[in-house]
Amino acid sequence: MHLEYTVVEGDFVNAGTASSSVKKTLKQLNVQPAVIKRVVVALYEAEVNAIAHAYGGKVLVDIDSDKIKMTVADKGPGIPDIALAMQEGYSTARPEVRDMGFGAGMGLPNMQKNVDKLNVTSEVGVGTTVEMEVAFG
Amino acid sequence: MENGQGFFHSLYVDGDRCIGCSHCMKICPTEAIRIRDGKAHIDGERCIDCGVCYSECPMKAFQIMEDDFGEIHNYPHSVALIPAVFLGQFPDEIRVSRIYAALKDLGFRHVFEVESSALIYAEAKNRYAMENKDKEPLISSFCPAIVRLIQVKYPSLVDNIIPLKAPLDISATYALKKLTDQGVPRSEIGIFYVTPCAAKIAAVKSPVGEVKSIIDGVINMDSLYNIVFKKIKEQGKNYVFPPLETPRLSADAILSTLTNGERRICMAKRSYSIDGIHNVIDFLEKLENDEIEGVQFLELRACDQSCAGATLSCENRFLCSERMYGRARKAAERERNGEVPREREMDAHKEYLIECSGVEAVQPRSVLTLDPDISKALEKMEKIRRLKECLPQIDCGLCGSPTCDSLVTDHVCGKGSIKDCVFYQRYLERTGQMTPEECIDMMQNIWGGNRISGELRNKE
Repeated sequence: MHLEYTVVEGDFVNAGTASSSVKKTLKQLNVQPAVIKRVVVALYEAEVNAIAHAYGGKVLVDIDSDKIKMTVADKGPGIPDIALAMQEGYSTARPEVRDMGFGAGMGLPNMQKNVDKLNVTSEVGVGTTVEMEVAFG
Repeated sequence: MENGQGFFHSLYVDGDRCIGCSHCMKICPTEAIRIRDGKAHIDGERCIDCGVCYSECPMKAFQIMEDDFGEIHNYPHSVALIPAVFLGQFPDEIRVSRIYAALKDLGFRHVFEVESSALIYAEAKNRYAMENKDKEPLISSFCPAIVRLIQVKYPSLVDNIIPLKAPLDISATYALKKLTDQGVPRSEIGIFYVTPCAAKIAAVKSPVGEVKSIIDGVINMDSLYNIVFKKIKEQGKNYVFPPLETPRLSADAILSTLTNGERRICMAKRSYSIDGIHNVIDFLEKLENDEIEGVQFLELRACDQSCAGATLSCENRFLCSERMYGRARKAAERERNGEVPREREMDAHKEYLIECSGVEAVQPRSVLTLDPDISKALEKMEKIRRLKECLPQIDCGLCGSPTCDSLVTDHVCGKGSIKDCVFYQRYLERTGQMTPEECIDMMQNIWGGNRISGELRNKE
């Protein structure tokens, strides 16, 4: 099963659209609630990142009987130092984004915590792609 | 009424009154209603007994099962367990003492208010909260429709529900203990709960997380309102009734069933109270996504204005609520003057009651799953996505299902057919796969035989 969503820059109002839709799908598939929660938390963080830091992007989701793969690909400034970005509390969020309650520097670490596989690739000035995988059962 | 895997529902459709108008189908928060043969049918797996259909129905076709009032006479020690909102149903000039007197005159030997145990329930919750910080946000078990909602739609949140009996059961346990301690045999005691809603009855007859309830009978609050009101009218204005023997409840206890009632006496630093089932659903969606952080306690109620707006409330919810606030203000004044509220008589048995109030953890019973086998569920989901393209996505309800999505899901799960869609039927007609007569037959199977027999057709 393949699902696709579009993320729009600065559209915090609709942050969580993709993760809510994926949640509904996984419930219908009888995936364990604890696993659903991990997927939803990780995807929500990735969505917020693309909204806050990039100029929008796409969420691609592939579900099969034993796992879910999620790719959040954005067009944006990119991440110069991925290892640094992975550290808890490190944030480059603009003050106005922080004022909205986002940008605490927990996004990537939180994704890391909740998924089985995480792969971040980025090119400065072009964009960032976050690939995540969670196994069921 | 056993319906689906032994879940008891007190709500049912009176086929003689139902005209299949589908108002209920469109408003049901768990999409549990379908129209077949011109009548509403409730899916027992999905129904959470919230009573939204009951209130919405223009034909008053939904009924809530109750026991016969006459049964109270089978027990020498009949106990009326009344909710505080019952007293809020009556006009201001009918005082609480008068209502108590009428209940006694009608044959109840003892009258207890359910909220007598509200503060013990609050303490039991606080103790549980202290020991279960890891399960925050804790969700109150007070409203049985909410407990069932979480079971069917938010299975990941069942562990957040505080596994405690509601005040109704704690008060019943106390009433029973008080009487048996006085030497009354159990067989002579009949505990009758006066219920403000369908969910509470369902909880009594088929308790979630507990084996069997100690309530002997259930009387609907609107029925009892009629009986009591009639008695008071018969007795007339000059009737001399005895003063209230027992002191009144405290303000905290009286207000506990209203919105904010639990929250104002809980120890949590950060808590919310949310009333109205659709508001609760909005909130639970966010909560489930982990979008709401740092909340310790949630008071969630299915009815707008909580129990003042209960399904079987005959009074306007705001008037009822305001009367209860008025009563609470007087209670607070009496407390200031040194009167000990009635519920304090329970204090001697507090530890026993708290001990009795624990229940097994609530289990999920998700109705959203398409198939227990994930590969089959995926196949079904692909099929649903394909078939959705055939439907107009306007949720007109003419197929007898609340939405296009629910029709497709029913189709794929073998509970319905997309041929019931009038738009799809037009396509089948145009491509010669269905005749107009077949379409009319299908429509009559849903909406009943007499619906397509208008004047024009008769003239032909």
